Amino acid sequence: MNGGWFRIYAYGFLLFLYAPILLLPIFAFNDGAIVAFPLAGFTTKWFDQLWVEPALHQALKNSLIIAVSASILSTCLGVFAARASTRYNFPLKGGIIGMIMLPLVLPEIILASALLVVLLGIGIPLSIYTVILGHVLVCTPFSIAVLTAAFQSLDKSLEEAAYDLGETPASTFRLIILPLVTPGIISSLLMTFTISLDEFLMAFFLAGTEPTLPVYIFSQFRFPKSVPVVLALGTVLVVASIILLTIAEYFRRRGIAKTGGKDTGGFL
Amino acid sequence: MAQPAATKPSLPARAAPKRRSEAVNGLLMVSPTAIYALLLLAAPLATIFAYSFLTDGYLTVELTPTIGSYVEAWTNEVYRVVMLRSLGVAMAVTLATVVLAFPIAYYVSFYVEPSRKSLWLFLITIPFWTSYLIRVFLWKVILGFNGVVNSGLMGLGIIDEPLTFILYNTNAIVITLAHAYAPFAILPIFVALEKIDRSFLEAGRDLGESSFVTFFRVTLPLAMPGVISAVMIVFIPTIGDYVTPHLVGGPEGKMVANLVQVLYLKLDNYPLGSALAVSSMLLVGLVLVMAAMQLAIFGYVFKRIAGQTPLILAIFTALAAAQALLVVVIALWLVTGSAVLTVALGAALHVVALLALRRKRSAL
Repeated sequence: MNGGWFRIYAYGFLLFLYAPILLLPIFAFNDGAIVAFPLAGFTTKWFDQLWVEPALHQALKNSLIIAVSASILSTCLGVFAARASTRYNFPLKGGIIGMIMLPLVLPEIILASALLVVLLGIGIPLSIYTVILGHVLVCTPFSIAVLTAAFQSLDKSLEEAAYDLGETPASTFRLIILPLVTPGIISSLLMTFTISLDEFLMAFFLAGTEPTLPVYIFSQFRFPKSVPVVLALGTVLVVASIILLTIAEYFRRRGIAKTGGKDTGGFL
Repeated sequence: MAQPAATKPSLPARAAPKRRSEAVNGLLMVSPTAIYALLLLAAPLATIFAYSFLTDGYLTVELTPTIGSYVEAWTNEVYRVVMLRSLGVAMAVTLATVVLAFPIAYYVSFYVEPSRKSLWLFLITIPFWTSYLIRVFLWKVILGFNGVVNSGLMGLGIIDEPLTFILYNTNAIVITLAHAYAPFAILPIFVALEKIDRSFLEAGRDLGESSFVTFFRVTLPLAMPGVISAVMIVFIPTIGDYVTPHLVGGPEGKMVANLVQVLYLKLDNYPLGSALAVSSMLLVGLVLVMAAMQLAIFGYVFKRIAGQTPLILAIFTALAAAQALLVVVIALWLVTGSAVLTVALGAALHVVALLALRRKRSAL
């Protein structure tokens, strides 16, 4: 039972999925200003240019500040929501959780324009702080998805045992629950960090005069001569995000194994 | 047990939260996230809904209520064409993504060894997590006039002139978005397939059904929840995609999000931008209602005749019954030329048709 045609199709589809990522380093190391075949020889000059772009460095700095803040805030909010939805039954549960998860399916243009209208309406100037607000909104549902899996595999009797031994809800959370879901929290932090670092449209609408990395990249697409440099930057970003995700996946699996759950695979 | 109670007299007070009802505890626990979502999601969405009914003044929004923005959005040729194009692209992307994703999900669920499934899912999700902008831009590089496909094919001597049907048009948008949303479609279908009890399939074959019949009558219906979530999770965001039409769509490939961006950031026309955004969500909702009705009608007709006719005939009859309504919807579109009006009437028509079918059954 090896699937015959399905197997060939599956490998073909993987090739389709990876085609852009595989082409990226080829052109990033290509010694030609035009991105087309035939290749013109090997060079690392596009990577060298990454070091001497002050605008790029400023954008990277903004992006890192935003991504670190957004990942910590959204994971905190994610812990509350995931804990509430897995442990308690409360009125309007479906509606409340549904509202929180809505950014997962709603087009970002709607979220971004709605936030922009409200922020300008109440007179908050656009800055990296407004981008953080937006990114927390986008990242929280992903954090909840990861953390719900971690909280779901918790055995309720561990918690009850702690109560019976005289622990308070707060100390039970700190001593019993937190250590068991730590891998899930790390996984959520890494994942939301990656999403925030990559998010474009919210930042495009809400950043004002402080561009993030994707906004900077987007602005560079207009100039054909800076395309190879952008591809070099893209190569670095792809490698970085694959490393981050591999670490996230490792912690996610370890977390599920730790609490004795069954691995159903996948982030979503 | 007695000792901590003696040394810590506050124990009854500390135990008090346990006595609070579960509902209160749960609401308290979810409140930080819920309040955040209420303030930064629900309130802004309500605001653009309200804005869409206000009047645009010069650099300000006047508080005079009007439906003028909707009239403009639904009748002006520019907005009408763009909304129809966005709807068409989103439907094409959804169809392509789900049809392409199903065999992958099926392969991973049914043919890959359990220990290697996680690896496959990881491989499928990695491209989704790598820079969206760069991926879309690379499709422009791949499909462009001097792109990888064209320069490669010309280099190999297969074609003499660059292919033009894959660059700067809606085809390029569909290819790029189908690539971007593939993991979103594969994962829910995979989860649904994983839940299918494999003994059902054996039972089907033991009872003498061919594997095609077993697939159609057992696997596919049980996988439908996954297919439906795949459709929702692809269809709703793609209609509002901004980056892909901007980078690979060319001048004739603008979609709703591009217009909303121009109206918001360049022209400061918030009421019209809001009306367009609300209209596109209305379109999405009505099309989903229509699709659900199509599915229900198909299922109803199929169940009625499945026993008496060969399977293929039953499938085609049920499909024809469901699709007959689509002909009316297309006629509506040709007459009115308006996307919003057409799907609104179409959705209403579908609901009525299904109710009529159901009533006929209860009368029998």
